[in-house]
Amino acid sequence: MTTASPAVSARRGATLGWLRRLLTPKIAIIVVVAGLIGYLALVPLYYLIWGTFFDANGFTLGGFARAYGDPRVGDMIGNSLWFAVGAAVLSLCVGTALAYLNVRTDVPFKGLFFAASIIPLIIPGILYTIAWIFLASPDIGLLNKLIEPIFGPAFFDIFTVWGMVWVEGLHLSPIVFLLMVAAFRSMDPSLEESALMSGASRWQVFRRVTVPLTRPAIVAAVLVMVVRSLESFEVPALLGLQNGIYVFTSRIYFVLRSYPPDLAAAGALAVGLLVFALIGVAISNLVGRSGKTYQTVTGKGFRPRPMELGKWRPVMGAVIVLYFFFTVVGPLLVLLYTSLLKFYQAPSGEAFASMTFDNYRQLFDMSDAMTALKNSLVLGLGSATLVMILMAVGAWIVVRSRIPGRQLVDHLSFVPLVIPGLVLGLALSFVYLRSPIPIYGTIFILLIAYCTRYMPYGMRYAVTSMHQISAELEESAQVSGASWWQTFRRVLLPLLSPGLLAGWIYILVVSFRELSSSILLYSPGNEVLSILIFEQYENGQFTVLAALGVVMVLTLAVLVVIAYKLGAKVGLRQD
Amino acid sequence: MLRINNLVKTFDGERRRRRDSKTPSAQEARVFAVNDVSFTVENGQLFTLLGPSGCGKTTTLRSIAGLERPDSGSIEVADRVLFSADEGQKQVNVPANERGLGMVFQSYAIWPHMSVFDNVAFPLQVRKRGERLGRKEISERVMRVLETMELGHLAERQATKLSGGQQQRLALARALVIEPPLLLLDEPLSNLDAKLRESLRYELKRVQRELGITSVYVTHDQVEALALSNAIAVMRNGSVVQLGRPRDIYENPNCRFVAEFIGTSNFLTGNVVAKDGDRYTVNTIDGRLALDSAMTLPLGTDVIVSVRPEAVEVSTTSRAGEVPNEWKGTVLTRAYLGDSLDHVVGVGKHELRTRGNPSTSIEPGTEVYLRMDPAKLVLVPVD
Repeated sequence: MTTASPAVSARRGATLGWLRRLLTPKIAIIVVVAGLIGYLALVPLYYLIWGTFFDANGFTLGGFARAYGDPRVGDMIGNSLWFAVGAAVLSLCVGTALAYLNVRTDVPFKGLFFAASIIPLIIPGILYTIAWIFLASPDIGLLNKLIEPIFGPAFFDIFTVWGMVWVEGLHLSPIVFLLMVAAFRSMDPSLEESALMSGASRWQVFRRVTVPLTRPAIVAAVLVMVVRSLESFEVPALLGLQNGIYVFTSRIYFVLRSYPPDLAAAGALAVGLLVFALIGVAISNLVGRSGKTYQTVTGKGFRPRPMELGKWRPVMGAVIVLYFFFTVVGPLLVLLYTSLLKFYQAPSGEAFASMTFDNYRQLFDMSDAMTALKNSLVLGLGSATLVMILMAVGAWIVVRSRIPGRQLVDHLSFVPLVIPGLVLGLALSFVYLRSPIPIYGTIFILLIAYCTRYMPYGMRYAVTSMHQISAELEESAQVSGASWWQTFRRVLLPLLSPGLLAGWIYILVVSFRELSSSILLYSPGNEVLSILIFEQYENGQFTVLAALGVVMVLTLAVLVVIAYKLGAKVGLRQD
Repeated sequence: MLRINNLVKTFDGERRRRRDSKTPSAQEARVFAVNDVSFTVENGQLFTLLGPSGCGKTTTLRSIAGLERPDSGSIEVADRVLFSADEGQKQVNVPANERGLGMVFQSYAIWPHMSVFDNVAFPLQVRKRGERLGRKEISERVMRVLETMELGHLAERQATKLSGGQQQRLALARALVIEPPLLLLDEPLSNLDAKLRESLRYELKRVQRELGITSVYVTHDQVEALALSNAIAVMRNGSVVQLGRPRDIYENPNCRFVAEFIGTSNFLTGNVVAKDGDRYTVNTIDGRLALDSAMTLPLGTDVIVSVRPEAVEVSTTSRAGEVPNEWKGTVLTRAYLGDSLDHVVGVGKHELRTRGNPSTSIEPGTEVYLRMDPAKLVLVPVD
C-alpha cells in the first residue's frame, strides 16, 4: 500500500493537472456556447415528437388520427401547397424582374428600389396583412370603394387563396429582390458582354447566359420562399380563416384554440408541416450540391454599361412606382389614415374633417399598450444581443477552431431554420409546461423562443464576417503573446463588429415583429405588440390597432436608424 | 481595316463626381477617358494599345466593340461605319451584337454552364434566322476552329474543366469562329502565370499571323506589346502619346513618359551646346555627351538624354581619346540576373544603371569607365 501510494497520487496529480489544463476560460466558453446551441436546437424538437407520439398510456397515433382524420385535410394540404407555391412564384417573378432592372438597365427611380426593399422589412407581416384588408376587403376595402363605380361592388376579395398569395408574395418579394441583386452583381458582366459580342440579342443573352448562370440563386430563392410561405401564420390566419380556408399553420392555431386544446393533434399537424418544410430544404440542398455552382466572380470590376431601355424606360418607371406604391406607400398610408379616424370608413370629406389623435391618446392610457411596447423592446434588444454574443463564439468554433465535430455546431444552429414559428411555439410550450423551472407564463419563454428562432440568422452573419477575417490577424495576436480570450476580445470582436451589428439589427427587427411563436407562448399581461394588434383585430378595434401599428413601425424605424448611426459613429458601417 | 477618327469619351457625371471626391487635386480628376484618339490599323496587322491603367486603352477597345458609347468621333471597320457621332453627320451606333467582331475578354468570359463545343457554337447559333447555318455546318465549323486551337479532343468537356491556357485558346476560338473582320483582345494574357504567358504569347502571334486577322490588342505589359505588335500606340491620360513600330517606340521614345514606360532608362538633364549635322553635343552636370538625333533643336535648348542600361559599356580600362562619351565612375552595387548583370555606377551626384553580359562582373568600390555609343543615346525633349 505504502509503496503504491506515490504512484497513485502521482496519477491523481496528473489527472488533476490535465483537468486544470482543460478548464481554461477558452474551453469553458466553448463548451457552454456549444451546449447552449445544442440545447436550443434539439430540446424543443425532442419534446414535440414526444408530446405528439406519447400520451399517459405510452406510444399512440391518436393525435395523427384526430388531426388527419378530418375529411377536409386534403383541402388543407392542397391549400397549403397552392398558397406556398403561388406566393413563392409571385415573389420570385417580381423580385427577379426588379433585381434585373435595377442591376442591368438604366431604369429610372433607382433610389426607390432601396426603399422598397428595406422598408417592408420594418412593416410587420401582421400590419401588412391588415393594411391589405383595409385596401381590398370586399366589405370595407378602400380599393373596392374606389373602383365601385366602374367594376361594381366587391371587385377584389382579399379573403381568398388568391388574396393570400398576393399579400404573401408581395411581402416576400423584397427578400427575393435582395437575393437576386446579389446574384446578378456577383456575376462577371463580361460573360454577358461576350454573348453580346457573339451577336446574341438582349433576350438571347438573358435566356441563354444570364438565367442559366443565376439558376442556383433562383432555385435557392424559390425554395426558401416556399418554405417561408408554408410557415407563414399572419396571412393565412387573418385572410384564410374568415372563409374557412385552412393551411397547416392556421389549422394548428385553430386546433389549439378550440376547447379543450388537443395538443397531440396540433403536434401531429406540426410534424406534418415540419416534414414539408424539411422536404423543401432537402431539395434545395440537393439542387445546391448537384447543380454546379459556377465561380462567376472575377477580380476585374468593370462596371457594365447599363442596358438602355429606350422607349420602354417610362413604362418600366411607371411599373416601379406602382410596385413602390403597392408594397410601401399604400399599406403605410392606409394604416396612418385609419389611425386618425374615429371609426373605420372610406375616405370622404367628412372622414377627413373628423380626423383626430384620439386613438393615439387612447394608446397612452392603455396600460396594455405600454406594457406590450416595453416587452417588445426588451425582447428585441435582449434576444438580438444574446444571439449575437453566442453566435460570435459559435462562428469561431465553426470557422477557426480545430475541434472535432465543429461542423455539428454549425448544423445544430441551423435546425431552427426549418422549424416554423408556430411549431416552435408549440414545441416550447410542450417543454416548459412540463419543466419544473417556472418559465412558462413569463416573458422568458418568449426570449428563449426568439433566441431559438433567430439563431440561424445570427450564425450566418457571424460566420460570414468570420470568414472575411484573415486567420493571420488572429495568429499574429497569438504570436504577440495574447491569450485566446484577449485575442478574441481585442482582435476578433472589433473586426467582426460590422457583421455582428448587421446581424444584431436584423434580429432586433424580426423579433420586434414576431407573431407566430409568440401567439402560442404569451400569457395575459405579457403581451408583445404584435399579439396586441392581433387581439385588437379580432375584437374589431381597427382604429386603435392602426394607431398601435403606426407607433410600432415608427419605433422600429427609429431603432434601425439609431443602430446605423451608432454603427457609423464608431466606424463600424461597411459599404 | 480599322479606322478610328477623333474618338472622345468623357466620364459621365456620376463617375466624375466620384473621382473628384477621391482625388482632391482637381488636376488629377480627369474628365476625359478617351481624348481625341485617331489611328488606322491596316489589314492583317496587330495593333497594340499600350499604357498604364486608367490611360483609356480599355475604354477605346470597348468603344470599338460597342460596349461603351463614345461622345464623338467615328469608328469604321472594313469601310463599314460602326459608330459616328460628329456634328453635322449622320449619327450611327451599331449595337454590339450587330457589329460582328470577335473579342477575347481579360477574364475570358467562358460560359461555365456550357461545354467547350457549345461555347464556340454559340455565336453561330444566335445568328438571325435566315443567316443561320445548318446544324451540320455549324458543327463542322466549330470543330475546324477547335482543331486550329488544338482543342478538338476537348470538345465535349465542360468549359470550366480547362486549364488557364486552354481557356485562353477557347476564348480565342469562340471569337474567331464567325471569322470576324476584326479581333479585339483585352489583356488576354494577364491572368496567366509568367511561364505560360510567354509561350501563349508566341502561340497568339502565330495564330494571328497565320490567319492574317486584323487585331487590336490592349495591354499594360510593354514586353508583350513589343513582342506581338506590328504597331503600338502608347496611351496616357486618354491620349495617344506616341504611335509607331515597336523598334521605333523602344529606340526613339518621343518623350520621357514613353521612355520610362517602355523598359528602364537613365535620364540625364542637360543643354544643347553644339550641333553639327545630326551630331549634337549636350552638356550635363556630370559631363559632356555626344549623340546623334534627327531632331532639329536650336542651341541652348534644355533636353533630356535617355540612356538605356544596355547602351552603357562598363570597363576597368580607359579608352579615352579613341571613343567619345567616356565617363569615370565608381561601382556602387551590382545585381546578377542570370542572363545579364546590372551595375549601378555612381557618376558625380548621379547613379547610372548599366546592363551587360554576366561575364563582366566588377567589385563594388572599383573605379570604372563608362562608354556610351552616340548612336544609342536618345534625345528627348523636355515636356
